[in-house]
Amino acid sequence: MDPLRSKIIPVTSILAGVVVLWYVFAVILNAPFQRDLDQRANETPGTVEFIGKTLSQPKPTLPAPHQVAVNFFENTFLRSITSNRSLVYNAWVTLSSTLLGFAFGTALGIVIAVGIVHVTTLDRSLMPWIIASQTIPILAVAPMIIVVLAAVGITGLIPKALISTYLSFFPVAVGMVKGLRSPELMHLDLMHTYNASASQTFWKLRVPASVPFLFTSMKVAVAASLVGAIVGELPTGAVAGIGAKLLSGAYYSQTIDIWSALVAGSIVAALLVMVVGIAGRLADRAMGGRPA
Amino acid sequence: MTWPKSSWQAVLAILFCIVAFALGAMSTPEAAALAEPAATVAFPYMGTKGLILGLLLIAALVSTLRLAPLVEAVVLFVGAHVAAWLLVKGIGGFEGTALAPYFLVLAAAWLLAWRCVALLSSLRPASSGAKTALRLIIPAIFGAWILIIWEAVTRGAGIPFILLPPPSAIGARIANSLPILGSDVRQTIFKAVLIGYIVGNLAGFVVAILADRVPFLRRGLLPIGNMVSALPIIGVAPIMVMWFGFDWPSKAAVVIIMTFFPMLVNTVAGLAASGHMQRDLMRTYASGYWPTLLKLRLPAAMPFIFNALKINSTLALIGAIVAEFFGTPVVGMGFRISTEVGRMNIDMVWAEIAVAALAGSVFYGVVALVERAVTFWHPSVRGG
Repeated sequence: MDPLRSKIIPVTSILAGVVVLWYVFAVILNAPFQRDLDQRANETPGTVEFIGKTLSQPKPTLPAPHQVAVNFFENTFLRSITSNRSLVYNAWVTLSSTLLGFAFGTALGIVIAVGIVHVTTLDRSLMPWIIASQTIPILAVAPMIIVVLAAVGITGLIPKALISTYLSFFPVAVGMVKGLRSPELMHLDLMHTYNASASQTFWKLRVPASVPFLFTSMKVAVAASLVGAIVGELPTGAVAGIGAKLLSGAYYSQTIDIWSALVAGSIVAALLVMVVGIAGRLADRAMGGRPA
Repeated sequence: MTWPKSSWQAVLAILFCIVAFALGAMSTPEAAALAEPAATVAFPYMGTKGLILGLLLIAALVSTLRLAPLVEAVVLFVGAHVAAWLLVKGIGGFEGTALAPYFLVLAAAWLLAWRCVALLSSLRPASSGAKTALRLIIPAIFGAWILIIWEAVTRGAGIPFILLPPPSAIGARIANSLPILGSDVRQTIFKAVLIGYIVGNLAGFVVAILADRVPFLRRGLLPIGNMVSALPIIGVAPIMVMWFGFDWPSKAAVVIIMTFFPMLVNTVAGLAASGHMQRDLMRTYASGYWPTLLKLRLPAAMPFIFNALKINSTLALIGAIVAEFFGTPVVGMGFRISTEVGRMNIDMVWAEIAVAALAGSVFYGVVALVERAVTFWHPSVRGG
């Protein structure tokens, strides 16, 4: 089936359905407050006018899509990017700690995976704890990490990046263990017949075999890393970043701001995942992979 | 060559012990006492220093003999852990006075424990009971050593309580504030997490079945679901708190949204997992959509569904706790963590984290156990 019929039409029609539903709910959810306002102002607007009013409140319960779009557009393109109300600026602050944490996390994950694959003791003793480590809601621990590190004098990017690191090392470690173990016995035997040393087997067989696994898990890791960075901004009362926008929006009931910050976060997430995906495809092609 | 059969851990441990002995005083009070033999100053390890060093040396030397690996492991286990226990117990009352030999002895004990774990993990027991026991003991020793090193270093080096309290203090705090922890768990886990988890998973499951019946819906929902699971959904927390108020329903709503998409995507993938042959067989039996779904496709989808349930078990905890940062009644784990950090009661925060970790592990463990019971036919459970 052609992609238009199999993918684009269903996806767009469902998205359109979501937008319609969104408008309906915006009217329903904002109606009580609007009715209250009208009663106090002694107005009795007609149905159409009433619906129009529910969709243009300054602090609606659920902002209408066009309100979010306008706010997003204003804060992204019309503001100078050095202004701290600019979404580009805030997204950049979050992005920088995401990327730093992602880099740390990927490196840590790879190191752990190499250790686990080569040292039996680590495999038996560390692996269960790595899995258990993810049942700890680290995001809940985030405020403490940040406050404690601030007490030692480490502030700014690093504490947030550490939370991202914690969230992103796990998928990479698990994926890389799988990837480094993916060469079959036949291939390992072949290396053996070549009289290859352990390091040669590692660099020439295990590492190339693990690359597809690495990129798949990096996609998960980069999304987790962004979540870590956003949540890391919450407890510090950070002045900038998408998390800070969410928090200040929550304090001052600026619902439209919250929604546009969410949109910004989602776009950053989608871009990050896309970049990792493209990098993966490039690496695959550079290594001589053929399209399946 | 039959003797000695040395391991690098044992050799290094012996070396550390000798250096520790040569350096002399384990702590500053002992150094003072040595400098002034006439004065009678109390110092740590007055009677036990020889015992600790002796234990470690004997254990290390015994391990170089040609013994059965199990015997060697037991000797190392006893030597390393008794020495570590004496070491940690002895520093009590003299926190922050430890000198280099203290840490060398600690390192020696740790090396012996490592050797012990290495021996245990090289064992290949025949009976399945022993295998299970080994699978539990090895990580347990590893975990215990994280705690021992944490305790010994925080107390020996006198790390400020506010930065990192020793595990014993956290344990004491847990024991002393059980009622508070209990009410927090009730608020966060039994109300917000469980309700949100059940509703979110059920909703995801029902929509997945619906999407399975209507191919148009499936083709549209699946790419969207895949994309949404990469988004920072946790950001809806402030909105939910505004809509549903400060109490648990807003947290449950966040959990529902966070758990919905993983369940949807995994169930749809799982429903496609049954093979063509199997579906053809069902058709030859003249079974319709629903019998095929119930008897073939849902059981075949169970590994995927449980995968989602496992992912969601951690997501649900995270969602509920983070949502509490945005406003909550004066109870709940997220509330307690954020307020106690502000009051610098770090031991209470750690107590809460320990409880959260325990709850998360139990939650995950229960899901994993149910999975083993339900997907008993799967190769990963049957043990291939």
